[in-house]
Amino acid sequence: MAVANVLAHDAASTHDDHDHEHHDNFITKYIFTTDHKMIAKQYLLSGIFWAFIGGFLSILFRLQLGFPDMDMTFLKPILGGWINASGKLDPAFYLALVTMHGTIMVFFVLTAGLSGTFSNFLIPLQIGARDMASGFMNMLSYWFFFVSGVIMFVSLFLEKGPASGGWVVYPPLSALEQAIPGSGLGMTLWLVAMVFFIASSLMGGINYITTVINLRTKGMAFSRLPLTIWAFFLTAVIGLLSFPVLFSAALLLVFDRSFGTSFYLSDIYIGGEALPNTGGSAVLYQHLFWFLGHPEVYIVLLPALGITSEVIATNSRKPIFGYKAMIISMLGITILSFVVWAHHMFVSGLNPFLGSIFMFLTLIIAVPSAVKVFNYLTTLWRGNLIFTPAMLFSIGLVSFFISGGLTGIFLGNSAIDIQLHDTYFVVAHFHLVMGAASFFGMMAGVYHWFPKMFGRMLDEKLGYIHFWLTFVGVYLVFFPMHYIGIAGFPRRYYSWTNFSFADMYTDLNMFVSVAAIITFFAQFIFIFNFFYSMYKGRKASANPWQSNTLEWTTPIHPGHGNWVGEIPSVYRWPYDYSKPGSKEDFIPQTVPLSATPESNLPHEARLVKLEKEIMAEEKEELVTNESKES
Amino acid sequence: MYGFLISIGVILLIMLIWMVYRIQTLISVAKGSDKKIATTSNKVNAILFMVFLIVFGGWMVWYSIVEFDNFQLPIASEHGIVTDRLFWITTAVTGFIFILTHILLFWFSYHYRYREDRRAAFYPDNNKLEVIWTLVPAIVLTILVISGWKAWSDITSPAPDNAHVVEIMGYQFAWEVRYPGLDEQLGDYDYRLTTATNSRGIDFTDKNAFDDFPSQNVVIPKGEPVLFNIRARDVLHSVFAPHMRLKMDAVPGMPTRFWFVPNKTTEEMRAELGDEEFEFEIACTEVCGIGHFTMRKVIRVVEPEEYRKWFTEQTPFIKSNPDLIADLPVDLKELAEIYINEE
Repeated sequence: MAVANVLAHDAASTHDDHDHEHHDNFITKYIFTTDHKMIAKQYLLSGIFWAFIGGFLSILFRLQLGFPDMDMTFLKPILGGWINASGKLDPAFYLALVTMHGTIMVFFVLTAGLSGTFSNFLIPLQIGARDMASGFMNMLSYWFFFVSGVIMFVSLFLEKGPASGGWVVYPPLSALEQAIPGSGLGMTLWLVAMVFFIASSLMGGINYITTVINLRTKGMAFSRLPLTIWAFFLTAVIGLLSFPVLFSAALLLVFDRSFGTSFYLSDIYIGGEALPNTGGSAVLYQHLFWFLGHPEVYIVLLPALGITSEVIATNSRKPIFGYKAMIISMLGITILSFVVWAHHMFVSGLNPFLGSIFMFLTLIIAVPSAVKVFNYLTTLWRGNLIFTPAMLFSIGLVSFFISGGLTGIFLGNSAIDIQLHDTYFVVAHFHLVMGAASFFGMMAGVYHWFPKMFGRMLDEKLGYIHFWLTFVGVYLVFFPMHYIGIAGFPRRYYSWTNFSFADMYTDLNMFVSVAAIITFFAQFIFIFNFFYSMYKGRKASANPWQSNTLEWTTPIHPGHGNWVGEIPSVYRWPYDYSKPGSKEDFIPQTVPLSATPESNLPHEARLVKLEKEIMAEEKEELVTNESKES
Repeated sequence: MYGFLISIGVILLIMLIWMVYRIQTLISVAKGSDKKIATTSNKVNAILFMVFLIVFGGWMVWYSIVEFDNFQLPIASEHGIVTDRLFWITTAVTGFIFILTHILLFWFSYHYRYREDRRAAFYPDNNKLEVIWTLVPAIVLTILVISGWKAWSDITSPAPDNAHVVEIMGYQFAWEVRYPGLDEQLGDYDYRLTTATNSRGIDFTDKNAFDDFPSQNVVIPKGEPVLFNIRARDVLHSVFAPHMRLKMDAVPGMPTRFWFVPNKTTEEMRAELGDEEFEFEIACTEVCGIGHFTMRKVIRVVEPEEYRKWFTEQTPFIKSNPDLIADLPVDLKELAEIYINEE
């Protein structure tokens, strides 16, 4: 009965979509669109825009850190009053720069730009659905994100600057305008923007979860989902459970800022007056913030790992090693991500006993991460590796995931964290494991699915140059920071010359800055490639990477509704690459087991009979349905 | 003028890239390589991975050795020896895994690069392997955690009763230091009492506050436990004494603490480093506003005898500024005055 309903629904929606395409005008097609593919492209373009803003901000503060004596007057046309009379960057604006860099990169680029793009694009295409469960809500999700972005963008141009208390915006600094200029209107806009962003994330997440659970095509059992979909699904679950907590943290902060409450404020004497607030707890905010903040790491990382799994399997021409172990690891990471947040707070004045608990829990989460790494390595082992740019970026991701993940073992150990907390060691750690790894996952995704998005290929050679410049560049930027961090250099410092212990490494900081600038400009190669290939790139074939997943069974330019006619059924898992006995080195998910007797494994051979029965049954139902409709 | 030149340079650069791009596209079309699954680029990329491994691996090892004395801060506290040992054990373990996994990653990338005559192995799973590489990291991590946990419990255990108490208060943008005086009891404070002359908000109706005294630097004795009572007046700060391997946030409304045993005097450290100007320092590591990077305080570690001598020579707040007790109730004021006048 259920099958029949789905079939009827499919038939009806095909019909609807047909109508739509005739009536689409510019606005409904490109702007207020409900087509998940177009929404994905909107997210992608927004993500790229924000990545350049975020990257540019980091270049500005790297100039300050690498060349503290530099005359920055030449930046006056852009920064105006933030460059003071003697050509120096304003220290308040320096803090605004690091704050906005973090906020933009974490939320707008790696959450919206990554999850927003690829969850939207791939979930319906890879599970065999016409669109998201709610196309309208999906559209709203993008436009809430857009509004959030506009507000955040406006805040960059305020006279007193945008929010400046670090991307974590800890109160009381973020609650009191007397404490720092950015905590005035800039902080208000930050909070408003985040509220829109959270609403957007929730609407997106609910949609992803619903779609994955309800709209899988025939035969697409959870045990046959590509790992990308598993990753997006679990990411959405994490987001759905943790973003509301950030919302509550932000809401209480709004109350403290504007309505005189004392959730986070207590015993404060500032600007020559004692504030009336008592009884609040600044540490409460940190708990609420990191209850999102830590899962957020996995919100940006899991989709990248999912994409990598898919890309590495396809281009190794090998099944991903340990499909089930990969799923179990991701489930483990999902669950554990909620119980490790306080490792960001070992020295915040937290009860040391709690510190011990969180140290144990934190180091447990390293185990599933290690399993994933070993599985990637084994997938490469005895493969037949094709280095498409997507594959290169995926291998790069694995490298960053190892480098950044291992330093997490230091920081998760509270005794070692005493020294390393809030130093450049932490900066190196999370930029590698969360920033660069997720960014590389995103790039792998763009290179891999560009043909599906735009029907054309990205130029490979430019992709290679882009990869090598970025890969080497990222290591040159972040690897030296480990040394700087071990030497005790604190984060978010405008200059280190006040301290004799940190009055060194000017050469290394200069080196890092130069590497950062080169890496930043290397991204323009990608931009050129992206926009040029969109219109002039080589035309893509239907399945350019010879991949197994469903999206490659759609037309080269899929319309709204994705498949012409019926949605294909799925008969096998997505990783039948180089299966012994089969002529081709890949067998798409849509090929029935009964069509490949030569390559079936023993347990699959037993399933053939069952499969034939089901197919016969379905055919009957289809006939009955058609007769009913007519 | 510069802007004009730069924009011309940028335009030329873009044109150059454009030309190179067009030429290589045309060449690849002419060679028909765009139809192949894997071109020579495949091999080039594979080789580059090996080059990357060797060059960067070598560079990392060389730099870590050559620069060791630079990035390795000398230790000046007893627990610092423990945490540093943990740090280097963890470095050894993770360093081994780091190098091993990267050799595998890049070697596989190089060795198993695409060849038309080869087919990848169909190797979807192996539960034994999965169990091994779940258990081994789990065991290694458990050992690391347990040793870390022991150190952590020792460091965060309550301070010994004989610990010398020093109050450190952070505010925008400096630290203020207060000693409990001869009674070894810090007087109460209340942020509402903060004024220009009583910047710490000390409550002088508490008799314990009578002998409390300020200090320009943090002065502590070598080899004896020291307890920092840490608080903040306005926003979050964080006391970071890098050589002591000490860090603890200063939170308004919630006093925190950190106790430790310094094991080197400033003089000893100066001799060790051959740097006559050397000072132990406190920095702020929780972003607190525009002057975050300027919150420096010097810690002077001295021999215990010198410390005791110094301690008795200090002048209490109320002696150096009798106005502080002007508003006290009469009986307390009398007591305070007696205290000031006795010697």
